[in-house]
Amino acid sequence: MAVPNFETTIGLEVHVELKTNSKAMSPSPVQYGSKPNANTNVIDWGYPGVLPQANKGAIEYGMMASLALNADITRDLHWDRKNYFYPDNPKAYQITQQQQPIGRHGWLEIEFEGQKKRVGITELHVEEDAGKNTHGTDGYSYVDLNRQGTPLIEIVGAPDISSPDEAYAYLEALRQAIQFTGISDVKMEEGSMRVDANISIRPVGSSEYGTKVELKNLNSFNYVRKALAFEENRHAKIYMSGGTIKQQTRRFDEATGETVLMRVKETADDYRYFPEPDLTPIHVTDDWIDEVKAKLPETAKARKARYVDELGLEVYDSEVLTQTLAMANFFDETVSFGADPKRTANYLMGDVNAFLNEQQADLEETPLTPAHLADMIKLIDDGTISTKMAKKVFKAITKGDDPVEFVEKNGLKQLSDPAVLTPMIDEVLDNNEQSIIDFHNGKDRAVGFLVGQIMKQTKGSANPAVVNKLLMAGLQARKPE
Amino acid sequence: MDFLHTDIEKLHEQLVNKEITSVDLVKETLANIEQTDAKYDAFLATMSEKALAEAAAIDEAGIDPDNVLSGIPYGIKDNLITKDVTTTAASKILQDFKPIYDATVVSRLREQGAVGVGKLNMDEFAMGSTTETSYYKQTKNAWDQTKVPGGSSGGSAVSVAAGQVPFALGTDTGGSIRQPAAFNGIVGMKPTYGRVSRWGVIAFASSLDQVGVFTRRVKDNATVLAAMAGHDDNDQTSSDQAVPDFAAHLDGDIAGLKIAVPTEYFAAGVDEGVKATVRAGIDKLRELGATVDEVSLPHTKYGVAAYYILASAEASSNLQRFDGIRYSTRPENVKSLEDLYVQTRTQGFGDEVKRRIMLGTYSLSAGSYDAFFKKAAQVRTLMNDDFQKVFADYDLIAAPTAPNVAYDFGANQDDPEVTYMNDVLTIPVNMAGLPGMSVPAGFVDGLPVGMQLIANRYQEETIYRAAYAYEQATRLFEKVPGGKD
Repeated sequence: MAVPNFETTIGLEVHVELKTNSKAMSPSPVQYGSKPNANTNVIDWGYPGVLPQANKGAIEYGMMASLALNADITRDLHWDRKNYFYPDNPKAYQITQQQQPIGRHGWLEIEFEGQKKRVGITELHVEEDAGKNTHGTDGYSYVDLNRQGTPLIEIVGAPDISSPDEAYAYLEALRQAIQFTGISDVKMEEGSMRVDANISIRPVGSSEYGTKVELKNLNSFNYVRKALAFEENRHAKIYMSGGTIKQQTRRFDEATGETVLMRVKETADDYRYFPEPDLTPIHVTDDWIDEVKAKLPETAKARKARYVDELGLEVYDSEVLTQTLAMANFFDETVSFGADPKRTANYLMGDVNAFLNEQQADLEETPLTPAHLADMIKLIDDGTISTKMAKKVFKAITKGDDPVEFVEKNGLKQLSDPAVLTPMIDEVLDNNEQSIIDFHNGKDRAVGFLVGQIMKQTKGSANPAVVNKLLMAGLQARKPE
Repeated sequence: MDFLHTDIEKLHEQLVNKEITSVDLVKETLANIEQTDAKYDAFLATMSEKALAEAAAIDEAGIDPDNVLSGIPYGIKDNLITKDVTTTAASKILQDFKPIYDATVVSRLREQGAVGVGKLNMDEFAMGSTTETSYYKQTKNAWDQTKVPGGSSGGSAVSVAAGQVPFALGTDTGGSIRQPAAFNGIVGMKPTYGRVSRWGVIAFASSLDQVGVFTRRVKDNATVLAAMAGHDDNDQTSSDQAVPDFAAHLDGDIAGLKIAVPTEYFAAGVDEGVKATVRAGIDKLRELGATVDEVSLPHTKYGVAAYYILASAEASSNLQRFDGIRYSTRPENVKSLEDLYVQTRTQGFGDEVKRRIMLGTYSLSAGSYDAFFKKAAQVRTLMNDDFQKVFADYDLIAAPTAPNVAYDFGANQDDPEVTYMNDVLTIPVNMAGLPGMSVPAGFVDGLPVGMQLIANRYQEETIYRAAYAYEQATRLFEKVPGGKD
């Protein structure tokens, strides 16, 4: 416990941007990184006379997230309007699910310091994102509505988290659970996952919660943890010196690692919610839920079990491989091309991870493909290349080269044919009579010398296993009388 | 030329027989508007260039003999979005707003060859029942220019009643088509909620707004509605119910039609002359073979209060987009973002709009939602139940459209509540999403009286059949406004 004599209560609100093709309420494309306002139409602009067009896919994704987080799916849904003025919100209301969130009463299992714990999910609702304001150096502010109308789910976590480290573990588990449904990229750095935190502390044993503070501008899991830890200590210091915590919103300053006051809330915001009259209510049937369940990809948990039970991987390996959906998918595909699972796992956890770290890249952004990795592993397993050569080949496949062609072109194939090797070995033996004598006198070093000679002859391409076998046979045949 | 003594079918014949071209028809229409509108102030703007280009294209392609709307001019209420044509909803805040797309109703009518000739005056954002809240001009009643035209679609009603156009489009949120139709002695139809797309309607109250048609004759009305009704992918509240050919079965036969007359619609507050005129109209329907019974719609009296809460609440949200960032003239010298919002809206909205925004904002706010918005929504359900009970046994409801005939300008200026009460007989139809029509029933003191015909959801055909039979029996359309200055 970071703060003695106090216990900490943390609740996290996570926004996840959904990877639907089109927006929540308009046919505009959902795309990251386009030119400002390129992905917009009259609906996104809140143009007079327009009406929203609810995207059924966004509701289905909300259902998938609800299922992944063990939440009950609400059967009778309608949309609500949340009213507020802001330039990045051109209708001056956001279409959301206030009265009937798509999912309720869910939970997520996290593992923290060897202990398993369930963190409650109060509700999940589908809503549309706002645009973005940018402030130019020319004194003008600009509005980019590309993000306007992008579907989001807000995942409201219960205040079940009791430390900044546990919050970190929760976020990792949440990201994994959502990522494996395929509904979102859940990337903090691209804003497809955003976290707000509420934190309060109270003396151990106290029945009432302390005053909570809301934290914003938390741009990575690490910052979430740092901001919460800073806040935990700040609260404790204030309480210990007899002060009181004011209810307020604070932002995390990445440069100083401290939280800074943003605003004090004196009155609650009044968003004047009411049912969205431009959209008809939605009824979710059993059949629809079954349909969505059938579309739901294998969860991380199920994959882990499969890797251990069916593919014979170690538990630890199965956990590393399922940390991200991209890695797990890459593993599955490589194995599906016939590569040995164990060797594939070792490559992914070793060379591939090292490569990604060095490149600071995500797996899907590199030219490396499962087919190439599988082919390379097969070349190792059938003795075509040595593990030493494989280092070169691996470098080539990270650049997108075909391993079979690369080995061919660069003459990296091991020499394994006895018909070719035997005359060469005989020649080496003929020229090194002393070594033969040494060997038969029990000097094993002579073997190393002879292998070295053979390797020299073959420019290092001889298959060491085959060479060894043939050499031993040759030595035995020349045993001095 | 004016359109007081003709109908769409006759115009179509003339066009098909090449007695007149579409271009000439449009030219004459524009000339007549130019000449007469000083008297009525029905139009905010004409769209002559666009109209003449469209008419020329129709002439070139040849009038489609199977399409009665081909080459027919018409007028458009100014809360309907028209591409490249200034669309203001009669508000100052949209004085320079030139939209980049067409409302679905406008594009559907254009596909049928109808030619929009101008934008019609209305109450600002359709809030009002006299057209007096327009920022731009005061439209005058077609029968007596000292009287209000009704509203909010006052310009649309007057343009048709005065023969400026053969038909016009309006919108009806709480009576805005039926009441001005009654005040000007013409046919005004508000279809079932969901029958006509709202894409391109500058929203007032989204759960109540519906586009409809003004004509002098019932059959014309049926023709135009059929041309623009039906599901639209751009409006998820628009129904995919099949659209019948409303004009096809108008044969004057209403034998056996079961008509209900709600007692509450003849209560105190309804002018005696209006009551007598509508009673006579109902007697006429009975003579034509309908059966008539008195029924009760007990929650009628709560309608006005509930309506003004719900409609204003939705309006307060719908009108928030006019914030000076995009869709309004931006005031000079603003100090901050909040100041921009405040100044834009203070300068851009008129008093009635501000009043309703405040009313709606209040009824949605945290402390009053349950007592106002929620309660009003419950009343709405009860009103709907009232109607459904009646429609279990009856085909049609007949009643007065408005409690009185057109009155003097400024009559209720000091007390908006009196004006609100004027909607008491039209509001219930919107609350229940029903189709309702006002059909001319006679005159009181030389001013027209409308009879309201209400049917169950998607039963517009029943209304048209009864209205047609009644119109043919009374031939009230033969009486045209003389114009008293």
